[in-house]
Amino acid sequence: MNFYAIRAIYLFEMARTWRTLLQSIVSPVISTSLYFVVFGSAIGSHMKEIGGVSYGSFIVPGLIMLSLLTQSISNASFGIYFPKFVGTIYELLSAPVSSLEIVVSYVGAAATKSIILGLIILATAALFVPLHIEHPLWMMLFLVLTAVTFSLFGFLIGIWADGFEKLQLVPLLIVTPLTFLGGSFYSIDMLPPFWQKVTLFNPVLYLVSGFRWSFYGVADVNIGISLAMTLAFLAACLVAVWWIFKTGWRIKV
Amino acid sequence: MQPIISVSHLSKTYATGFKALKDINLDIRKGEIFALLGPNGAGKTTLISIICGIVNPSEGSVVADGHDIIKDYRAARSRIGLVPQELTTDAFETVWATVSFSRGLFGKPKNPVHIEKVLRELSLWDKKDSKIITLSGGMKRRVMIAKALSHEPQILFLDEPTAGVDVELRRDMWEVVRSLRDTGVTIILTTHYIEEAEQMADRIGVINQGEIILVEEKAELMRKLGKKQLTLQLQGVLETIPGALEKHGLELSQDGDELTYTYDTQQERTGITTLLRDLNEAGIRFRDLQTKQNSLEEIFVSLVREQRS
Ligand SMILES: Nc1ncnc2c1ncn2[C@@H]1O[C@H](COP(=O)(O)OP(=O)(O)O)[C@@H](O)[C@H]1O
Ligand SMILES: [Mg+2]
Repeated sequence: MNFYAIRAIYLFEMARTWRTLLQSIVSPVISTSLYFVVFGSAIGSHMKEIGGVSYGSFIVPGLIMLSLLTQSISNASFGIYFPKFVGTIYELLSAPVSSLEIVVSYVGAAATKSIILGLIILATAALFVPLHIEHPLWMMLFLVLTAVTFSLFGFLIGIWADGFEKLQLVPLLIVTPLTFLGGSFYSIDMLPPFWQKVTLFNPVLYLVSGFRWSFYGVADVNIGISLAMTLAFLAACLVAVWWIFKTGWRIKV
Repeated sequence: MQPIISVSHLSKTYATGFKALKDINLDIRKGEIFALLGPNGAGKTTLISIICGIVNPSEGSVVADGHDIIKDYRAARSRIGLVPQELTTDAFETVWATVSFSRGLFGKPKNPVHIEKVLRELSLWDKKDSKIITLSGGMKRRVMIAKALSHEPQILFLDEPTAGVDVELRRDMWEVVRSLRDTGVTIILTTHYIEEAEQMADRIGVINQGEIILVEEKAELMRKLGKKQLTLQLQGVLETIPGALEKHGLELSQDGDELTYTYDTQQERTGITTLLRDLNEAGIRFRDLQTKQNSLEEIFVSLVREQRS
């Protein structure tokens, strides 16, 4: 293992985070606060409690998931896409680093950033609504698993993308809709039976549900299924990364 | 002595179907400065990129310092430094950070003393805390060289190092290259400027259309292929070349006071003795004479022409 390289890449990526602090941390915090103002206070005051939890508190796990997913994907995809775009990738390709080391350092940095971000949003939320976390360890587990899984997913997008449009495409067309439709802002009990069934095909539902369970002990689906689905998605991403490296590094001609 | 780099039967066909390298065989000796000379599109960058691990070879193999560049890529790559042709750097990092990053990437522990030495040699020391984006093009190129030297490579590749580079940087660069060579580093540079190869290299390889046309000691190459010119400054002025001298193929300068004779050093007889005798018989006297070796440029042009025909 080339630990010096892993450390160098990891610290390099984290330095990018601190440098772009405003964009990386402040803007998600502001947009989360806006969600609270709109959904939590304005609309939420007209909503009844869900499973004994006030609507404002109910949406907190979903909001964190929303940020976690989009930020993990955009951080990781940008982190590997940008060197490809400006050409500095030559150094990575000519360095004595393995594919595994590249993935670990890039995905690790992106996941770290999203986890920090998730915790910041959690702290922000605590300013607006009463929060209590029933299963803190499970909460951290879901946070870390989701951050790692979607950073891996973002890494894949970054390798696949050959233009900025593609980089935006997947998050915009797939991830954001899935998150909104995955029960971030409502319980699926509130849907007509047909749409409840459809929603069960949405992988994000399981993430949000499991994460919410760790907060309030209430869930749309069984916690075991949530965990299994999260792990399954992680495994799928790992297989995809493994397949990419096995069949040839897409950025190498 | 075992070559430090050994390229055998290396071919590259790009996804477009274009054959950029055709069965390249090349040995680089330890400690030499090797110039790979060829026109644009000859395949120089492709060859370097394969050796450094940026491009996948289609066929053949490369061994660097005893390590196969694919099977044993870690050992091979940690010995190699690369300054690529294109000016691609980070933008918002400082010089110090980007050069230190490169060292870590190549698996070396931190060594501020070495980084400082490299930055000083490249006149980058007072820019160490500047963001790269604020530097001029020449300074950015220095940064790229510093990055390549950050992990103390045994082999250094310079791809078109002086393309678009000012005189001062060129001079600094050659100084760095020479001092590196003195410490035993092997240097491979590509260029399409003949003077560069002529001034710097110990050996020269000529590549054209994906094939190595020849590899030769520089001096030997010059000797073997160099045509020489003998220029005679005349005491008087000639209107035309006398008929008796026609067989020598002389050229008369415009103002008629210089005669130029071209001869081939490869030939057994240069014809100089006969020429001088004939001049004497024709009563042509001269004040001075010089001989001039053909530049590599001319050698190269004739080589490529030869290959085409
Ligand atoms: N990625 C690529 N795909 C297809 N053709 C390429 C690619 N890279 C280089 N080539 C072609 O290969 C040839 C050699 O290129 P290169 O090695 O860059 O030459 P040089 O460095 O000697 O100028 C050129 O004709 C170039 O157009
Ligand atoms: Mg080139």
